Parts: sequence; structure tokens; C-alpha cells
Amino acid sequence: MSLDEIKIGGLGASRRRVEDNRFIRGKGNYVDDIVLPGMLHMEILRSPVAHARIKSIDTSAAWDMPGVRLVLTGEMMAARNLAWMPTLSYDTAAVLATDKVRFQGQEVCAVIADDPYIAKDACAKIVVDYEILPPIVNPVQAAAEDAIQIRDDKAGQVGNKVFDWEIGDKARTDKAFEDADLVSKVEMHYPRTHPSPIECCGSIADFDRATGKLTFYVTSQAPHIVRAAVALVAELPEQQIRVVSPDIGGGFGNKVPVYPGYVISILASILTEKPVKWIEDKTGNLISTGFGRDVYLKGEMALRKDGKILGVRMNTISDHGAFFADAQPSKFKIGLMHSAFACYDIPTAHMFATGYYTNKAPGGVAYRCSFRVTEAMFFQERMVHAAADDLGMDQAEFRRVNFVKDDDFPHRTAFGFLTDSGQYEKCLNVGMEAIGYKDFAKEQEEARKRGKLLGIGISTMTEPLGAGNSREYDILGIKMFDSAELRVHMTGKAILRTGAKTQGQGHETTWAQIVAHELGIPAEDIVVEEGDTDTAPFGMGTYASRSTPVAGAAVSMAARKVRAKARKIAAHLLEVSEEDIEWELGRFYVRSNSDRGVTIQECAMAAYSNMPDGMEPGLENTAYYDPPNLTWPFAAYFCKVEIDPETGVWDVLQFVAVDDCGVRINPMIVEGQIMGGLTEAYAMANMQYQTYDEEGNCIGANYMDFLLPTAWETPGFELYEVVTPCPHHPIGAKGVGECATVAGPAAFVNAVVNALSHKGVRNIDMPLMPNRVYEALTTGKDVYGMPPVRSGN
Amino acid sequence: MYPSRFKYESPKTIEAAVALLDAGKGDAKILAGGQSLVPMLKLRFAFPDQIVDINNIPGLDYHRFDADGSLHIGALCRHEDLEHSAEIAQRQPTIAAAAPLVADPIVRTRGTFVGSVCHADPQGDWAATMIALGGHLVVQGPKGKRTIDMKDFVLGPYANALNYNEIAIEAVIPAPKGVARGGYLKLERRVGDFATASVAVALDMDGNRVLRAGIALAGVGGKTIDANEEASALVGHDLTESIIDTVAAAVAAKAEPRTDHRGSSDYKRQIVKTFVKRILVAQIAEKVA
Ligand SMILES: Cc1cc2nc3c(=O)[nH]c(=O)nc-3n(C[C@H](O)[C@H](O)[C@H](O)COP(=O)(O)OP(=O)(O)OC[C@H]3O[C@@H](n4cnc5c(N)ncnc54)[C@H](O)[C@@H]3O)c2cc1C
Repeated sequence: MSLDEIKIGGLGASRRRVEDNRFIRGKGNYVDDIVLPGMLHMEILRSPVAHARIKSIDTSAAWDMPGVRLVLTGEMMAARNLAWMPTLSYDTAAVLATDKVRFQGQEVCAVIADDPYIAKDACAKIVVDYEILPPIVNPVQAAAEDAIQIRDDKAGQVGNKVFDWEIGDKARTDKAFEDADLVSKVEMHYPRTHPSPIECCGSIADFDRATGKLTFYVTSQAPHIVRAAVALVAELPEQQIRVVSPDIGGGFGNKVPVYPGYVISILASILTEKPVKWIEDKTGNLISTGFGRDVYLKGEMALRKDGKILGVRMNTISDHGAFFADAQPSKFKIGLMHSAFACYDIPTAHMFATGYYTNKAPGGVAYRCSFRVTEAMFFQERMVHAAADDLGMDQAEFRRVNFVKDDDFPHRTAFGFLTDSGQYEKCLNVGMEAIGYKDFAKEQEEARKRGKLLGIGISTMTEPLGAGNSREYDILGIKMFDSAELRVHMTGKAILRTGAKTQGQGHETTWAQIVAHELGIPAEDIVVEEGDTDTAPFGMGTYASRSTPVAGAAVSMAARKVRAKARKIAAHLLEVSEEDIEWELGRFYVRSNSDRGVTIQECAMAAYSNMPDGMEPGLENTAYYDPPNLTWPFAAYFCKVEIDPETGVWDVLQFVAVDDCGVRINPMIVEGQIMGGLTEAYAMANMQYQTYDEEGNCIGANYMDFLLPTAWETPGFELYEVVTPCPHHPIGAKGVGECATVAGPAAFVNAVVNALSHKGVRNIDMPLMPNRVYEALTTGKDVYGMPPVRSGN
Repeated sequence: MYPSRFKYESPKTIEAAVALLDAGKGDAKILAGGQSLVPMLKLRFAFPDQIVDINNIPGLDYHRFDADGSLHIGALCRHEDLEHSAEIAQRQPTIAAAAPLVADPIVRTRGTFVGSVCHADPQGDWAATMIALGGHLVVQGPKGKRTIDMKDFVLGPYANALNYNEIAIEAVIPAPKGVARGGYLKLERRVGDFATASVAVALDMDGNRVLRAGIALAGVGGKTIDANEEASALVGHDLTESIIDTVAAAVAAKAEPRTDHRGSSDYKRQIVKTFVKRILVAQIAEKVA
């Protein structure tokens, strides 16, 4: 009898998260919980200004304080060739400033002391003489003819431009625009925001001079990349570097890069021969670490009268801050922005992207998305909304007309991606039904009589998740595959390790479910370990929704290799040839007599006690998985809002999310990911952004200014599912961790704009704070750009 | 959190606390709920030599209505005590409406009403409420007690009329003439946010006739805005939509908002006007259930 897969916690079981056992008891083990004997504490002195030349640094008063062990400056780093480090986008970033500071919050000095109080007090004693330079806080200023050059450290750098990059067929696209009945145009800005994990960044470097071994505890989503970086940059032998990512309190892309604090703590440990702990505070995290977005768009769509999209032009200008430190596959300068319009059948498209340096924090990380896919899909769905309005066509109908059809897969997108599966129209229909789309006009009419404005917004998209395949995706030359290593013990219990790193996604729960599905070993008998480079196989880490598509696939493949060996053992135990063996969940049996069988656990015992002649003992295997393609989940979101016309305050009346992420391993965890992502989407649409005043002061340096929504104001979300299995993934799963953050914002914005369209409003840039909605409502004009900030508040 | 070094004392009596403040000569700070002081210590915006924690002084955590109908709120009465008080819900509608809008549920378990008034944050909710209600504070210093009227208490942003060696021990809201009515509305960006604009309205009424009226505003000026004079135009009149419109416009004109990332000054005035109107219209006799 085959096992009941749900009962053993296999595929489809909404199994409770095993990691929550320790988290809800306060027994998580984060970097800051680790205390080593003799450990010292490091504090970073940050620049209070956005742009200045450093005339002098006087650290003598800090050195004089009792308990201070080391004070590091940029000059001291430079003497060891560590003042600058490479970024993930082939640029350099300052570790400690030498010549200039280039953004507010930049690392200037570090104090290492017996306790964090002393370190902080000593930082206040350091005197830095700054010669203030004019700050550049947006790309327009950066591009100005007479703009001061921010990166005067780089030989060959011209002005403040980081890159020009283009993709698509320009000539063909130009022709499509000539042939169009109508051209729809929009301009908008996706404001800068921050991933803002609750746990900030931190590290403990523990260099042991006697053994030559560096143990490095770090808040990293990609510990193996950190080890590679330390080996390549610090030139320490790789076997002597152990990187450990313990429990991580959220990452959202913020914990992919290597930050100056990590590097400084390593040098400090080498110099002091003591473990050195660095824990960033919230302000440090918000003002200096990887942000998201900050892209301006000019979008144009060539349309035929009947609603067919003939071509698309996208022109983006992105603000990268002081260093080009975007975390993205190396060959794409503006990430996967060109994944835009992947769900629509569009003959031709062209994109031109320009990036600029500014005196703002560097980063451009993929905040809960695959490398700029959030911007891509937001722009796409805002352009689609505007185009439907310009045509006078129903929003749902316009999408339906242009969707790639179910039997058109595989489909080559206008920008060159290959999508492979989906049921877009079905998802649209499910959503329309759930939100009561056909009755909306009546509802809107009735609300107007009550003095309220109702709007409905749709956002549909497919996005590329799960970088990569190694042909196209690499980071600094390292291919974007991943790995899993499964070891089955003699009692049939197992340990699984992967090259990914969970930060809240629930790998400890779901990976065990994949093994349970492949081998019939109950999920509770499998322990999952990640994050220690001395024990886990090499992998590229967790971001870009890549864990299930890549590491999760590797888990399946490793388990299948184990099963293949167990089959040989089963044949031996059952005394039949391997060809006569059949498999059902958890058990091999003889084809001609299904009563004669052995369980996977019996095979495991035999692997250590009764293996066939000539077979290696043990039952374990490793798989390195290089996916043939990205996975392409689909989302269809519907949002209904009500606006109070006297205040501009808007409330979400209903939000329907239809997600097709292929086969769901743990439906409860999938729903949790969607809920969380929608909450972040709501944050960006409603309240969250990071802005700078004209002096380059960051407005958003703490949680009173940088807003995270609470359970209180976050609307309820209704979730629906459609399942189109991924054709190339071993268990048919697609990425899902980011769909909601990516598709969500446009649904909210489209709904609010829809409510105001009768006034002539076509766009309000996020965040849609009540005052901006009120402005659009009363003036009938679009609201563009970041909210104005007054300095000196 | 790594504040600057400070000395900490937790006296058992008001007199001992006053003595510590006196000895501190201006470098000692009272710690009540800590919900404003502790964040400032953390950011090192405040670096007092001496912290005087008053949480261990018994007998200050009360709120009660006296026989004459006046409401007394002790220095250790927390926001949530007021939020959950059945008596407040029944007899003091302005406070009842404001309490659930102050900060977030976690902060409300610790923050104190009196501490908030003393903190005199231009965006703080309780100073505005106290001004609208025409309350006063009872304070104690080395020479004994005195009272300070709310209209004289808030001097500017984070500045109050206390001497460095005085503690506010009680807030007093006088007994209403007739029935206490009113409300509180606040525009915030999310729960736990300070006001973009908020309006406290306190009325004493006899049927539909206004016997006393107070209005104060938070978030729309360099300090709490006292619009009691504008509100007094209601006194002696029946509440009607037309008089409400006039008063709402006058109160909005009294606001001194500035344009910032929360909105333009015009927008904030519009919010003030809308909120004043909404609260007052809801008090019109036939609309009160
Ligand atoms: C996240 C967050 C959100 C918040 N949101 C809001 C909000 O929306 N609206 C709002 O109004 N407030 C808000 N607050 C502030 C909160 O209401 C504080 O509780 C209040 O401002 C201060 O009261 P406290 O008892 O905590 O005072 P403390 O922080 O202990 O003290 C504040 C100041 O008052 C002085 N002080 C305290 N008690 C006395 C006394 N008896 N006599 C003399 N001086 C005294 C202290 O020395 C100090 O200078 C928020 C706070 C936080 C942390």
C-alpha cells in the first residue's frame, strides 16, 4: 500500500513550519545572539553629509579612551589595499572613505572596543574635517552639463553616467509606431524604497592566528558567495574560510551584497586577534545598505484601434547612488527590466536604459524580486492601464486581447525571453468573478451618490523567477546553479543540506516535503541545514525566488539519485532483478507480486548492513542543478478602492489575488508568501518611500519616517489559485516568493487612478499618500515625482 | 540601544523625586512611560546626567471623576488605561475618541497621559486634547504645589512651563456644564504615526445648545494650536450646519501648517476644516443616538 502523501508531509501538505518552534519561543539564533570568548565590538562612524572632501581625520581622542582597542580609517584600509572593494556590478565601492564621502551615512571610521557603549562613545570623539561639496540627489542633476563629478576616483569615468544599455529591435519598433492608430504615452517614477528587514546587517569575524582559520558569522542570503568574495578579495585560502549564516531575520534582497562592515570586521579581527562583532543599527541599515527601485520611465505603446498592442518603447533612467552596487546577473545593466510585457503577445519592443551616480546610498538590490522585475511589471501594468483608457477599452478586455494564449507556448517575448506555460485568461476570469467585475459600474454609481469615489484596478503579469540557467545568468562569472546533498541514515532518517539560505521562506519545512514526496520518508524524519559553507554544498543562495526553482529542484534530483541506489538495494533484498522492481511512495515491490516489498527505511538499513556485493556502502547523494529555463508564474490581481473626496484617504474594499505558481509544495507557506508580498506592495503603493532633501539628507532614516504597514491598516486579501505545472521543473513548481510584491503595487495604483479617471487623472506616482490623491482629485492633473521635502526638519 | 552614560534613580516618593531634579540643576530628566524619552536617549538627542524614574512612586496611576464631575488623571495613568476605561467612554467623549488614536497598542501600554502633555510635541495628541478641554496641571516643586493652566503650559515645540525641579503630578479636566460632548479625528499615515493633522473638539451642551466649546489642533504648527477662541463663537448658539461651517473655516485659518512631505499647507488646512466639521456635525442633537 502506497503511503498517504499528505499524512507524511509530502507535496501539497500544509505542514506547520518546523522552524517556528524555535522562533516563537525566542530561541532563534541570530548573529547578534552569538557570543564568543574575548569578543570585541565594532561601531562605524558614518558621514553626516552627502558629499564632501575629507580634509583631515583626527582619531586621537578616540584612541585615548579606556577600552578602545583599534580605530580604523580609510587610510589604514588603503595601506592594506582594502579601502575599496569590488561590487556585484563590476564597479568599486568604498569600504572606509579616503578621499571623499559620497552619500550621507557612508562609512568613515570604525572603532573596535571592549563593549558597544565605549565604541559608540569613542566614535563621537573622532573629529572629521569635511569640505562640503554640492550634493546631487537625482539623475536630472547628475546629468547636467556642469554637474560636479561624484566618482572622480575612477579613471576614465565621464560625468556621472554609469551606463547606457539597450535591448530589443529599434528599427522594427519604430516602424510599429509609424503604423499605429494610436500611441499611448506615460511618464512615471518608481520611488526609492528599502527592503528593511527587521534584523539589520551584522557580522562576527573570528580569525584564529594559530590555525590560520577565519570563521565568519554573517547576515547573508548567500554565504557561499561571501566565502568566494573573501577568498578572492582578501586572498585568504578558501579552505581556511568558514562562513556561517545562522538564523536570518529577513533579507528581501538587502542581505545579498557584501557590506563595508563585514570587510572591516574581518580586518579588525585579524589585527586584534580577537573575535570582532559588528551589529548595524536601524538607521545604519536604512541609510547605507541596498535600497530598491528609484527608476524613471518614459513609456510608449503603439496601438491598433481594435486593441492590439503593436509595439512598446521603454526609456528608463535609474538612480544608483554613489556606487554601482546593484545585485544582479552581471551581463544585465538594469537587471531583468526587459522581462516587461512577457505575458502579452507583442510583435516588437525596444528599451533604452541609462543609469546615473548620485549622492545617495548605493545598492539597487532586488527588493523581493528578480532584479528590477518589480519595476518592469509595475511600468508594464501602468502602461497597459493607460493604453486601455486611451483606447476607451475595458481594462480586462484589453488584457484578454493581448495575452499570450494557452496553446502558444513556448513563447518568445518581444524582448527575447522564452516563457513556457500559463493559463492567463483563466486566472483573469477567476479574479473577475471573485471581485464582481461585471457589477462594478453599478457599485461605482451608487457610491458616487454617497459622495464616495470607487475605483477598480487590475494587474496581470508573468515574471521570470529562479535565476538562472548558467548560459545566461552568472554573478561575476560564477554560474547561477544550486545544489543539494541528501544523506539517509541507517534508520531511514535523513539530513539534507542545500546551497540556498532560508531567511523566513521556510526551507526547513518545504525541502523535507520534497524529499518526502520523492522517497516516502516522512518529512518529520528529515532535518534540513543551510548556511554553513563548511558543511553545505556550494550554491548561490536565496533571492530572486530562486530557491524552489533551483535548489528545490536539486533536492528532488538528489533524492532521485538516492532512490536509484535504493532500488538496487531493494532488488538485492527481494532477490529479483532491478527491472522487476516497482516503486510506490515509500516502498519498492516485486511487479509480479506486490505483497513482496521493502520500505525505503529497510533499504536504508541494508545500505549500511547488507549491501549487495560490489556496492559502495551508505545512502547519500549530491545534485548540482542547472535549470534549463527560468520559471514563469502568473498573477492576476484585482483591487477595489473607495476614496474620501474631502481628504484623499483611500481604503481598499476588496483585494483578490489569483496566483499560478505551478505545483504548490506547502500551500500554507505559499499563501504566507503571497500575503507578505501583498503587504509590501500595499506599503509601497500607500506610504513607503525613501527620499532625500536638497542637501542629500535621507528622509527615511528610522521607522517613524520610513513606514512599514502594520496589521492594523493592511487590508485583507482574498487568495485564489490556478495550477499550471512548470514543464521543466522536476516537481512542476515555479517561484512564488515575489509575485505579490511585483504584481501588487500596480493593482492598488490602477484602482486609485481608475477612481479619478473621470477627472482626467492618468497617473499618480507612488506612494499614493492622501495629500497626493487629493491634489490629483482637485486639480484633475497627474502627480509626478517624489513628495517634496523641506530640509531642516 | 546604546545611549550616553547616565545615572539612574528610582525614588519612592514625589518629594524624593523633586529633590533629585533639584540637585540635577536642569541635567536630570523624569522617566515616566519612556515612550518619548527612551527613543531620544537611543538616538542620543537627549543625554541627561540623571534619570529620575517615577514608576515606583505609589499612588500615581489613577484616573477618576470626583463628585463635582471633574476628571483627575495621575502622572502614571497610561494611555491604555484611558482607552479601556468604561467611565471615560461614558463621560468624556473627546478623550475616549483620542485614546485609541495615540501611537500604537504597544506604546499605549506604557506611555502616560501626563508625560505626553509634558513632552509638548507639536504633533502630540494629548496636549491638544487638554487645551480643547480647558484643563490644567497640578505640579509639585521644592516649594510645594501649584497649578498651571493648559493655555499657559505649552510654550513651543517640546517646551513647557515647568521649572527644571518640578513634576507634573496630575492633569485635571474641569466638570462640564451640561453634557460633555466632542470627538477627536486624526490623519495619520499608518498606526503608530504622529498626526499629519488632528483635531480635538470638546463641547459642553444643553440639548442642542453649546454652553462651552474648545478646539485644539496637533501637527499643523510649530506647537499645539489653541483654537479655543475660534471655537467660542459656538457658545450660546444651537449647533447648525451654517455656524459649523463658519467655525470650521475660522479654525482652519488659525492653523499654521507648513508644506512638507506629508502634504501642502493648504491640504492640511483642508483636513482641519473637514475634521472640525465632521466632529461638530456628529454632535448636532438629532444626530446623537
Ligand atoms: C512608536 C511611537 C509612536 C508614538 N505615536 C504617538 C502619537 O501618535 N501621538 C502621540 O501623542 N504620541 C505618540 N507617541 C509618544 C507617546 O505618546 C509618549 O508616550 C508620550 O509622548 C510621552 O509619555 P511618556 O509617559 O512615555 O513620557 P516619557 O517618555 O517618559 O517622558 C517624556 C518627556 O516628558 C517628561 N515627563 C514625563 N512625565 C513627566 C511628569 N510627570 N512631569 C514632568 N515631566 C515629565 C520627561 O522628562 C520627558 O522629557 C509615540 C511614541 C512612540 C514610541
